[in-house]
Amino acid sequence: MSAAADTPVLELSGIEKSFGAVSVLRGVDLCVRRGEVHALLGENGAGKSTLMRILLGAERADKGSMMLCGRPYAPDGPGDARVAGVVMVPQERTLCPDLTVLENVVLGLEPTAAGFVRRREARAIAERALGLVTEVGRRIPLDVRAKHLGVADQQLVEIARALAQGGAADEHGRKGMAARVLILDEPTSSLGHDDAARLFTRVHALKAAGLSIILVTHFLGDVRAHADRYTVLRDGKVRGEGDPKTTPAERIVTEMLGRELSDSRDVTHVGGYRGTEPIDEAGAEVLLEVDALGGRERPRKASFVLRRGEVLGIAGLVGSGRTELLRLIAGLDDKAHGTVKVHARKGVGLLSEDRGGEGLMLRRSIADNVTLSRRGPFVWKPKEILAEGGRWIQELAVKAAGPWQEVGELSGGNQQKVQIARLLREDYDVLLVDEPTRGIDVASKAQVLSLVRELARKGKGIVLVSSQLDELISTCDTIAILRRGELGPPIPAAEWTEEKLLLEVSS
Amino acid sequence: MMLSTSSGPRRPAWLGPLIAVVVVYAIFAALTPDTFLRTQNLLTMARQTVVVAICALGMTMVIITGGIDLSAGSLVALTTVVVAWMLQSGAPPAVAVAVALAVAAAVGAVIGTLVGKLRMMPFVVTLGAMTVLRGAAKGLAKEQKIDCETKGLETLLSADVSAPGLWITLALAILVALMLGYTRFGRHVFAVGSNEAAARLCGIDPARVKLLVYTLSSFLFGVAGVMELSTLTVGDPTDSIGLELDVIAAVVIGGAPLAGGDGSVVGAVLGALLMTVIKTGAVHNGMPSWTQEIVTGAIIVLAVAIDRARHGKGRR
Repeated sequence: MSAAADTPVLELSGIEKSFGAVSVLRGVDLCVRRGEVHALLGENGAGKSTLMRILLGAERADKGSMMLCGRPYAPDGPGDARVAGVVMVPQERTLCPDLTVLENVVLGLEPTAAGFVRRREARAIAERALGLVTEVGRRIPLDVRAKHLGVADQQLVEIARALAQGGAADEHGRKGMAARVLILDEPTSSLGHDDAARLFTRVHALKAAGLSIILVTHFLGDVRAHADRYTVLRDGKVRGEGDPKTTPAERIVTEMLGRELSDSRDVTHVGGYRGTEPIDEAGAEVLLEVDALGGRERPRKASFVLRRGEVLGIAGLVGSGRTELLRLIAGLDDKAHGTVKVHARKGVGLLSEDRGGEGLMLRRSIADNVTLSRRGPFVWKPKEILAEGGRWIQELAVKAAGPWQEVGELSGGNQQKVQIARLLREDYDVLLVDEPTRGIDVASKAQVLSLVRELARKGKGIVLVSSQLDELISTCDTIAILRRGELGPPIPAAEWTEEKLLLEVSS
Repeated sequence: MMLSTSSGPRRPAWLGPLIAVVVVYAIFAALTPDTFLRTQNLLTMARQTVVVAICALGMTMVIITGGIDLSAGSLVALTTVVVAWMLQSGAPPAVAVAVALAVAAAVGAVIGTLVGKLRMMPFVVTLGAMTVLRGAAKGLAKEQKIDCETKGLETLLSADVSAPGLWITLALAILVALMLGYTRFGRHVFAVGSNEAAARLCGIDPARVKLLVYTLSSFLFGVAGVMELSTLTVGDPTDSIGLELDVIAAVVIGGAPLAGGDGSVVGAVLGALLMTVIKTGAVHNGMPSWTQEIVTGAIIVLAVAIDRARHGKGRR
């Protein structure tokens, strides 16, 4: 029995992959056994996604080989991988919202007779697949449209679909589960505690049925509770592996971060702030009071007070509700409960994490973007708009040909500066800053973060969300942890280390 | 049992338009019972709906995929010209119709390739096609109407219940509804309009689905063109200008959101019928034509408003 359980289902050796001059994977070995939950850990940019894309055939490795059940495995695309029994449930939801559960599960593998769907057979396939992912006695209705299901049930339907798709290799799924390897990418990031627990009981059932599961996640707690083995990737290499139940969490964190000592604040830090500008707790004017604030799904409960001159950092994983919290405070989404009291006379501005999507008009000029405002003269001469744009280009040292240049032509860092310039021009008292350094180069990062500090010194109140923990520690006065939608109390940044933060957010 | 192409335990999309048709019909029947309720009037209304209804079948498919086709009116005109031109040069009616339908389908295949393979915006592609096809029709007809011996084609929409055009329309509606609701291809049409990325993930080729959808819908526009010729009895290159807007209105009244992912054949046909009932009723009551235009426009907006109120809860 133990011999069978130890058989490797999937073996990767020496996988290398580079994009242009950037090498993302530098010789990765990975072995997944039959009937195990194998956690794949690593910080953003460690190479996890690329490795999974190679497993699914969406990307080809430059070097190295893969074996599936003892046979060479080199999928040409997701279709190939599916036939071989390797399937994935991606992090973002990918159901067709208007189709029913049944239609979603059998999508692409509908059994037909002369083009017509054989409804009874389709139903049987869907029922079997859903049966694998739901407990006895609990049923997900087959004829409800996917968009009417809750997030947790949608997730289960996605897993059912992946399993059915894996089974497609054998005569359109008629042989039931033929999926061998199931990749779950951050499956619990959008789930509450109870739903996550329920999901893992299903994962254990699938494992007992002989399926191998690769769990890509940031939640160390989940890994320690549910995974049989783990592998840590950092900078494209395997930096640690073992049994997560017996390995101390601190060690796994160290493997992920790659630093032995917790003296991380000593490393060449952007921002460079070390809490040298203490805030007068009693004296400083309160700008923003948030009390028991909650949204439709996330966040559940958040309370804090923001004072003049303070930078409050919010640390949380993807899906913890960081962006949603900022959007609620800014009034972009409707809140479900709680209160937001804005004492700041000049209002609240939001720096969006989605620069191209909602932060900027990429096809308009720098000047147009900077001067986009509710206020402004009724007639505004183009010349004056350009002059205003030019002034801000100088102010923030934006590298551009001129204020007339399209924002889309600028580098990420300079785009970010344009977005910041718009907020500064409005002169808000409170700035909600969401992932300001995403996708920008190191030099610009440092500039953006020191700008944040400088604004605080000038008397603004700032809420900073970032997934770069070192940035938070080096820029903020206080840091609060957002975990599964609940915001913890703000704690002085000086009391945090990167390791402690990572342990807290991922537990 | 039902011809609904949308599934799920909710009110079928065509219930609204059905109620609207019944209510509007009842109002006019009450106002002018002696003329409006005659069988002859019913038949006239049915015949007047045929062209828009057949086009709406194709447009429903297109809109479900999240697309739009603005070239429907031009293609109808081109079809009348092609059929008349063939008849004039001595071809038997069956051949003339077959050639015209082949031309229509070919046009659809080109549009479908541009939209699917080359991922161009359906609005822009079909806006261009609208003008190109109109020009082609005028060129082929040398800028005038083509008179021809219709050789029996005029009986397609003759003034009695046995008019083949009515039954062809009904049969096509049933076929398209069955296709959308019960075949694998139909499922894929909804999937592509609902979430294209997800469809691709499941091994569906959206480009192929769109190619087929635009080919089929243009083919149906061609069928509508043959019906149009049967009432015109000439090939007219300036016919059916703006028809596509009536067709889109019918589909939208029928409950299909322009964003795609949903739509109903029954609803679209009822939408087309509703517009005819308003037009005819207004004429019977001696109301000026501007009043029916206002009413029709208001109903389009109202249909979408009701749909919005049902689905859009709390989202900003």
